[in-house]
Amino acid sequence: APVSSEKLVGVVGLEIHAQISSNSKLFSGSPVCFSAPPNSQVSFFDASLPGTLPVLNRRCVEAAVMTGLALNCTINKKSLFDRKHYFYADLPAGYQITQQRRPVAVDGVLTYSFLGGKKRSQVVRKHVQIKQIQLEQDSGKSLHDDVHSQTLIDLNRAGVGLMELVMEPDMSCGEEAAAAVRELQLILQALGTCQGNMSEGQLRVDANVSVHRPGEPLGVRTEVKNINSIRYLARAIDYEIQRQIGVMQRGGTVHNETRAYDSKSGETIPMRDKEGLQDYRFMPEPNLPPLIVFEDNATLPPGVDSSQVVVVQKIKEGLPELPSVKREHLVQAYGILPEHSFTLVNEEGLMEYFEEVMKATRKEPRKVIGWVMNELLGQLKQQDMSVSQSPISPAALAELLELQETGRVSSSGAKQVFQVMWGSSGKTAEQVIQEQDLGLVSDATQLHNICQKVVDSHPTEVHAIRNGNAKVLNKLMGLVQRELRGKADPVLVMEILKQKTRGGGC
Amino acid sequence: MSAFRLTGLCSCRGVSLKVIESSCNLSRNRRGCLQRPLLNGTRLFSSHSLNSKVNLNIIPADLVDKLERLALVDFRTKEGLACLEKAIRFADQLHLVDTSGVEPMDSVLEDRALYLRNDTETEGDSAEELLKLAKNTVEEYFVAPPGNIPLPKREERTAMLKHSEF
Repeated sequence: APVSSEKLVGVVGLEIHAQISSNSKLFSGSPVCFSAPPNSQVSFFDASLPGTLPVLNRRCVEAAVMTGLALNCTINKKSLFDRKHYFYADLPAGYQITQQRRPVAVDGVLTYSFLGGKKRSQVVRKHVQIKQIQLEQDSGKSLHDDVHSQTLIDLNRAGVGLMELVMEPDMSCGEEAAAAVRELQLILQALGTCQGNMSEGQLRVDANVSVHRPGEPLGVRTEVKNINSIRYLARAIDYEIQRQIGVMQRGGTVHNETRAYDSKSGETIPMRDKEGLQDYRFMPEPNLPPLIVFEDNATLPPGVDSSQVVVVQKIKEGLPELPSVKREHLVQAYGILPEHSFTLVNEEGLMEYFEEVMKATRKEPRKVIGWVMNELLGQLKQQDMSVSQSPISPAALAELLELQETGRVSSSGAKQVFQVMWGSSGKTAEQVIQEQDLGLVSDATQLHNICQKVVDSHPTEVHAIRNGNAKVLNKLMGLVQRELRGKADPVLVMEILKQKTRGGGC
Repeated sequence: MSAFRLTGLCSCRGVSLKVIESSCNLSRNRRGCLQRPLLNGTRLFSSHSLNSKVNLNIIPADLVDKLERLALVDFRTKEGLACLEKAIRFADQLHLVDTSGVEPMDSVLEDRALYLRNDTETEGDSAEELLKLAKNTVEEYFVAPPGNIPLPKREERTAMLKHSEF
């Protein structure tokens, strides 16, 4: 029997609504566009005027099937539409058309990773089960005007196609949930089925959180809403887990309620009581026959129009490269470490940046990775900037790296140049090297002369070197560097010093 | 297959007293509604023999309240409730049909192919016409109350509707 530890742990399940990237809405031909004038993208059907009927958009079906395949789901060849009834001003029909009984895809799995371990440099891989993916309508938008005690309704969003993804409660904390959502975002963006922008509401995540002792039944769960970014998702979940643990430890009980995340305070607060437990009175949507998708061309009924069918095989063949495959390819192509490949794909635009630099420099990939991860990403993170906002373009960085490769500047000098370039937009590496006089001296004659001078004035040291104490070379190197104010090409100098101290003739 | 199903339904519509009488003796469906055979013809529409949820011809008051709140209707008077009960019992005739081994059918459109539309913009530029339909608009937005207005309590409703012709 499992030993029940004293410690309460969190259990997290996610309900995700992904707005389908399409030209028109799920059941009408109204345009789908962000930030259009209010109510300018509303058809009679969207406004739920009597006599209008839903007409299913093929692109939305393909998007759902594509997403289901990418998440290893079983695609239901026959799926059904239902009505979910509730009253709210932004739902003109009084019901939402959804797929409650039999959705288009079920039983999938999302594999995600995050950097864990002591130094956060180890790739930790996890799985979360996807219970189902269903097609449903989005509602309109309500803008609350508390001053005039009214709500303004914009129906532009009403009827836009959504994929609802239900994840099983396989996660245990905010970090896991955030990593899972990030991976899903990358997958949806790679597929093109959803742009995944959380701040614009294209990807909405609600978290179901409860706590329990491992081995014991699940605790009462709360639903946390109003989460607008991946960062807030992690914080909201962790706060809620701690809050619930606190309640339990004080001997209280957790209530099954809906809570909203307040990003300012970092807390979850109970939402206005939504008229008690809802009964949605699900019923089959009488205006839509079952949705049939076909496995392959062989199973198609004869003489059918290709615009009237969705064929799973065809969609499977057309799937683009998924993030996990991309990461593998980077490791294969460049010989970089998995954790670096993970960061490259995870950070928006970083992989493209890295590949641009690689095209323009002979430097080996692992060294370029060092620059990209430490110098570039380090600066970006410190100043909370995105890759696209970097003041140093891939070409400019490549130029700097080339100059270092050819010995124009030392590696520490190059780092200095980088910092200066960061602060002064547009200056090239060469310009900075000249301005800051960081260029290495590699003039052979000059180096020879200075080395000779040092060797001649330090006979004791030269003697020690000839007797096998190679470490003393470093002291001579230091003296040469001092002569040249640190701008000696260390590789060349070492060569020359070794030559001169080898014995026999100066 | 569909012909079979349609026949199944047809025999339920336009049902006559005679048919109900003979159907009583059929094996019961999974609902197990008929607990005892109907012997007395005049008690054919007795609710407790057809609907296990309903006790003794009365629909529980809290169920009525819940229905009224969910559907925003008001059953008003005893006559209204009686009408509701009759409607339930009329629908319950469906239970007399033996549906064992038959897949539920929720639409006669089941055999039709669901039409798939191309993903193009064909409509939606109707702001002016739609806003005209609303009593209250503010700068191209529809106006609604700040939240759902809860259904007034039964006593309040009775007072409000005292002079209504219904």
